[in-house]
Amino acid sequence: MATIDTSRFAAAAMPNEQRLGVASTRVLLVLGLLVLWEVYARLFGRAGMVAPPTDVIGALGPTVFGDPKVRSAVLLTFVELGVAFLMSVALGIALGLLVGIGEIGRRGLFPIVLFLYAIPQVVLLPLVVLIFGLGPAGKIAFGVSHGVFPIIVNTIAGMRNVSPLLVRGAESMGASRLQVIRYVVFPHMVATVFAGLRLAMTMTLLGVLLAELFVSTGGIGYFTQVYAETFNPAPLFALIATLALMAVAINELVRRVELRFTRWKQ
Amino acid sequence: MSGRERLGALSMQTAFLAVLFSVWYVVTEGSQITSLFLPRLPRVWSEMVGLAASGRLYAAALVTIPTIAKAFAIAAIFGIAVGFLVGRSERLVRLLEPVLSGMFAIPITLFFPLFILFFGIGPDSKVAYGAAYGFFPIALNTIAGFSNVDAHFLRAAKAMGASRYQLFRHVYLPAAMPVVLTGLRIGFFISFAAVLGGETISSAAGIGRAIALSGELMETARMFAWIGFVVLATMILNIVVLAAESRTRRD
Repeated sequence: MATIDTSRFAAAAMPNEQRLGVASTRVLLVLGLLVLWEVYARLFGRAGMVAPPTDVIGALGPTVFGDPKVRSAVLLTFVELGVAFLMSVALGIALGLLVGIGEIGRRGLFPIVLFLYAIPQVVLLPLVVLIFGLGPAGKIAFGVSHGVFPIIVNTIAGMRNVSPLLVRGAESMGASRLQVIRYVVFPHMVATVFAGLRLAMTMTLLGVLLAELFVSTGGIGYFTQVYAETFNPAPLFALIATLALMAVAINELVRRVELRFTRWKQ
Repeated sequence: MSGRERLGALSMQTAFLAVLFSVWYVVTEGSQITSLFLPRLPRVWSEMVGLAASGRLYAAALVTIPTIAKAFAIAAIFGIAVGFLVGRSERLVRLLEPVLSGMFAIPITLFFPLFILFFGIGPDSKVAYGAAYGFFPIALNTIAGFSNVDAHFLRAAKAMGASRYQLFRHVYLPAAMPVVLTGLRIGFFISFAAVLGGETISSAAGIGRAIALSGELMETARMFAWIGFVVLATMILNIVVLAAESRTRRD
């Protein structure tokens, strides 16, 4: 999304001793925040609004994951997320290649794609629900409509990043068009496309959750709403924390895969 | 782009829109079945005119626009303040930047019921929700802007005897500005979408509420009219932002 290069600050770039120092300070920081939260919730927080972290951890076992309904809701959300993400990837890369392959398509259609990307899609949510219904189909469709754009945009950007010198070099050595795409364009696109995939994962999750909050018939979104509306913050925070950790884990997973595919560059 | 290329791109975009609208027109005029999903074009247009003339558009915009403005103002003030304080110190950047970008990966939407609980169903909850969403890109870009200043410039300015204020005014600020502005633009559009989203999901008034309500009543033409207003607003905002950006780049 933004032009931030976090890898520069990543712990890996530092000598061992310093890395340990930064990591432990970071852990201390998070722990300090948790303690502050605990103190605030115990002393000043209104019950029913804020739960201290210890209660949240207590609620994690019995109330949240002990409840088979919640378990199946979490599973449902992840199935929806997975299907929506795969569809976004297939559709996004196909459309990106289609628009980005030719000069005319890129000049003419790319601005339209960018404009569609800029529209706050959440305003289409009632329409999506009307067309696809209250079930998983609507949530998947909304997830796809969120996830597909970052992939299209980054696929097109990735194709433009390939140096024309390399393409001409390959062509002059007798590479066919297909070979140029397979051996020159694709490897150079990987980094940009994966940045798009990571963003798409976040966006797909956002789309699915928005739809769940809006239609409220199942999934994690439904249960966060139920807990909030019944003034039951401990399981609410437990559920949110679980999902947040999963979001971070998925993000990390996509990043690992990306590292594998871009290793040849180093 | 040369003038001729720009003309080509423009005509292609016009053609795309023309095809889109004529397909829409032909499909909906030809059959009656789809009117619930896709209303007839003239119906949408007359709804838009009706909403604008009856003052309902004005009333809804009067709720939504101040909400967006407040959310963005809060996000910008906190985002730039935090970003500036963190971005100046390399140690703080290393410590906090990964924490902030990790938090940005968490869908704030999950907390939306909590926002409603804390701030009520009125615009306040949407202000807080939009501000929370807009804060992160602004803070992260401000950090990136202030921490990426070329060390050569800093050393040169210091060697020539620049004071702390001069260092800030003539080195840090010009170097960080483009990145900070990008953050503000991203933050604005995220706040904009978050406020509309919050209104759609759970609200008492505003444009998002109007869309959700007409959807629930299955008044598809009216829903398309409201969506059309949002699309128009997005288009105008994009043109304004692009124009402002190309102006700052020229200077």
